[in-house]
Amino acid sequence: MIKEFRLPDLGEGLTESEILSWKVAVGDTVALNQVIAEVETAKAVVELPSPFAGVITALHEQPGTVVEVGKPIVSFEVEGDDGEPAGGGPAPAEAAKREPNLVGYGAVLEATGRPVRRARTFASPAASPADEARPAPAAVPSESRPGPVVPAERPRSTPPVRKLAKDLGVELTAVPGSGAGGLITREDVQNFAGGGEHPAATPAMAGAEASGSAGTGTPGQRETRTPIKGVRKLTAAAMVSSAFTAPHATEFLTVDVTPTMELLARLKASRAFEGLKLTPLTLVAKALLIALRRQPSLNSRWDEGNQEIVQFNYVNLGIAAATPRGLTVPNIKDADRMSLTELSTALTALTETARAGKTSPAELSGGTISITNIGVFGIDAGTPILNPGEAAILAMGAMRKMPWEYQDEVVLRQVMTLSLSFDHRLVDGEQGSRFLADIGAILADPGMVLAMV
Amino acid sequence: MFTDELGQGGKAPDGPDNSANHHRGTGESLIQLITPGGERVSHPQYDAWVRDVSDEQLASLYEDLVVIRRIDTEATALQRQGELGLWPPLLGQEASQIGSARALRDDDFVFSSYRESGVAYCRGVDLPNIIKVWRGNASAGWDPYTVNLATPQIIIGAHTLHATGYAMGIQNDGADSVAITYFGDGATSEGDVNEAMVFAASFQSPVVFFCQNNHWAISEPVRLQSHIRIADRAAGFGIPSIRVDGNDVLAVMAATREALERARHGGGPTFIEAVTYRMGPHTTADDPTRYRDANELEDWAAKDPIARVKGLLDRKGLLTDELEARVAAKADAVARELRAGCVNMPDPKPLDIFKHVYSTPNSWLDRQEDHYSRYLASFGDPAGAPSEEGAR
Repeated sequence: MIKEFRLPDLGEGLTESEILSWKVAVGDTVALNQVIAEVETAKAVVELPSPFAGVITALHEQPGTVVEVGKPIVSFEVEGDDGEPAGGGPAPAEAAKREPNLVGYGAVLEATGRPVRRARTFASPAASPADEARPAPAAVPSESRPGPVVPAERPRSTPPVRKLAKDLGVELTAVPGSGAGGLITREDVQNFAGGGEHPAATPAMAGAEASGSAGTGTPGQRETRTPIKGVRKLTAAAMVSSAFTAPHATEFLTVDVTPTMELLARLKASRAFEGLKLTPLTLVAKALLIALRRQPSLNSRWDEGNQEIVQFNYVNLGIAAATPRGLTVPNIKDADRMSLTELSTALTALTETARAGKTSPAELSGGTISITNIGVFGIDAGTPILNPGEAAILAMGAMRKMPWEYQDEVVLRQVMTLSLSFDHRLVDGEQGSRFLADIGAILADPGMVLAMV
Repeated sequence: MFTDELGQGGKAPDGPDNSANHHRGTGESLIQLITPGGERVSHPQYDAWVRDVSDEQLASLYEDLVVIRRIDTEATALQRQGELGLWPPLLGQEASQIGSARALRDDDFVFSSYRESGVAYCRGVDLPNIIKVWRGNASAGWDPYTVNLATPQIIIGAHTLHATGYAMGIQNDGADSVAITYFGDGATSEGDVNEAMVFAASFQSPVVFFCQNNHWAISEPVRLQSHIRIADRAAGFGIPSIRVDGNDVLAVMAATREALERARHGGGPTFIEAVTYRMGPHTTADDPTRYRDANELEDWAAKDPIARVKGLLDRKGLLTDELEARVAAKADAVARELRAGCVNMPDPKPLDIFKHVYSTPNSWLDRQEDHYSRYLASFGDPAGAPSEEGAR
């Protein structure tokens, strides 16, 4: 007989997981507990052991798909009388219908975003704290108007009535309540459902179904639809949260970095740096770290929850990296304590790990300030968006030979534009400007370091 | 022996100071009777406690270790297959659990934490009952008095107080049984554990504090919890302690027997630190690669509790094909029974929640039950089972 295996909740209260790979193919004979797939949840990458011994008859989801908990992912042909009765008999059926919810600790509920605070109805002006806690049922009865009095609130009803409405596919917001204070009763729902299709009910249902199959729904040649997931989804969430919480200010400075490039050439030739991959980024990073000592406010975090500013007494230097899986910003821990050779080694290791797609979550978290090298794409300047939780990000522009004033003459010099975005809540224009000017001064004349440290 | 000494995966510059001058109150070093390589090494003090362990018993301990590892991997698989909500793996801690639990008498009473499924197995808990709670089918898996094992405590360290209280009861009864409580390295930082030790010492109660130092309190390494060896904490309470290689089933048994014997004869409490390692995640919902070094795991894999008993059996010429087949068959049978018991376990009824609140009738609760059954009936299902949302 054919048995389906539905994606279980692999953590505590996870709603979805991504199939990373299948370890079996259709037609394969598998043993009980043999690993059949690798899936990634919001918490971990885990291996799925086969719940049956049998032959794989279908793989319902492709690798790379994000699957909702409860959806069938694989089918087996299992020998009828195995003493292993209906492994997922009633349980998977329930799991399928289950409302996903998140309990336990840790994970981000990506599917629905943050819990939305319900709009409060007009509570009486002198509401006591006790009243505050309830969503003001007592405030309404004076008005005898039904339902729509409180449009922002979920229409009031009892759990059995809500269940009935759900079973009948009735949208409660469309049902006028006949009970006390607009309470929707069982009869209201039944009458509403019996009274023919109300326009409000069907579109909602149709919409829900349509969104379920949107991924495959459009075979059109003029546009391609890709589900938003994985790194792209995380990047988007991070960018939105950063751009809309931290007021960004950006400053630009164009610097003659010829002396730095000359220094770089000398260092590369020196024995101490033999075998190391020294790049302009290494020196820009070092300049930033030195300048940061003089402007520590750029190495801080705005802790909204605690209403505190966190001043980091260490620097975890993030480096934006384009990887096969998208943008990641791994960071070098305690970069401020590193010598130039150590920094160079760390940067090389970090970029190699990132390009190989092997960056660990630990390397991605805990950054305090970042650098993005847009120069490698031939770009001069731009407005970098802060890595969430950080106060500043520096963009290195492309190195160009340009006519430039040098000792009162116009000559060709190597010039680079630096773009610095900072969180204006934490950093005033003065500190941001001085910081950028310091970096520029070091790159224009590395000897200036002597005046700074 | 010294390779096990640090127990930190060998590299712990900022780990607890394990040097001799920091070390007071406990034995000079980690007690070990079987090396990771499977060699039986003699110990002047602890050999005596396991002198009676016959070849046959050694083989039986080996079987126990293999079986509880199998229970653990089967339960982990069941969780991944959606049959259990959660599971706290014991992988790596088999010897600590078997060595101690097999030293107990039937009339001793055990207060365990949630990871001691191996102890539950030794006490004779029915296999499906071990996983019942993790399937969400019951609030407790068994009647504590049938196996003299309290149902596992989820709250870290809270049950150590129960153990001390039970031990004080034993004193009042004038009995010679012992209470033993299992907890982890992290629990030793909890107030409850400290209070339990204060009372146990003051009353010289017959209780054994059995700490499995598995090096991780979820993601917190033990070196952050304690700047001295965990075993040395006991000295502050005036409780003698033993620091034993927790991956060595014989050493654990010897240490536990010594502690039990002391307790039975009015010698009061003992603290045992079994130095072991949690090879798996904290629970199936945890990803240890986010905080743990792979090298550390490798170092501990080399100290595997089962491999060394196997090695010893081999050296003694006892590791026959017949023994291996017997052990494998037992493990298979146990895994089969566990799985069948799990997937066929009936779902509880919504009203079951009222069943085990009081042992005697309670009118207040009866009223609640009446209200709740009428509420369930209002869903229009006379069976009162809105199971999709209600039950799970």
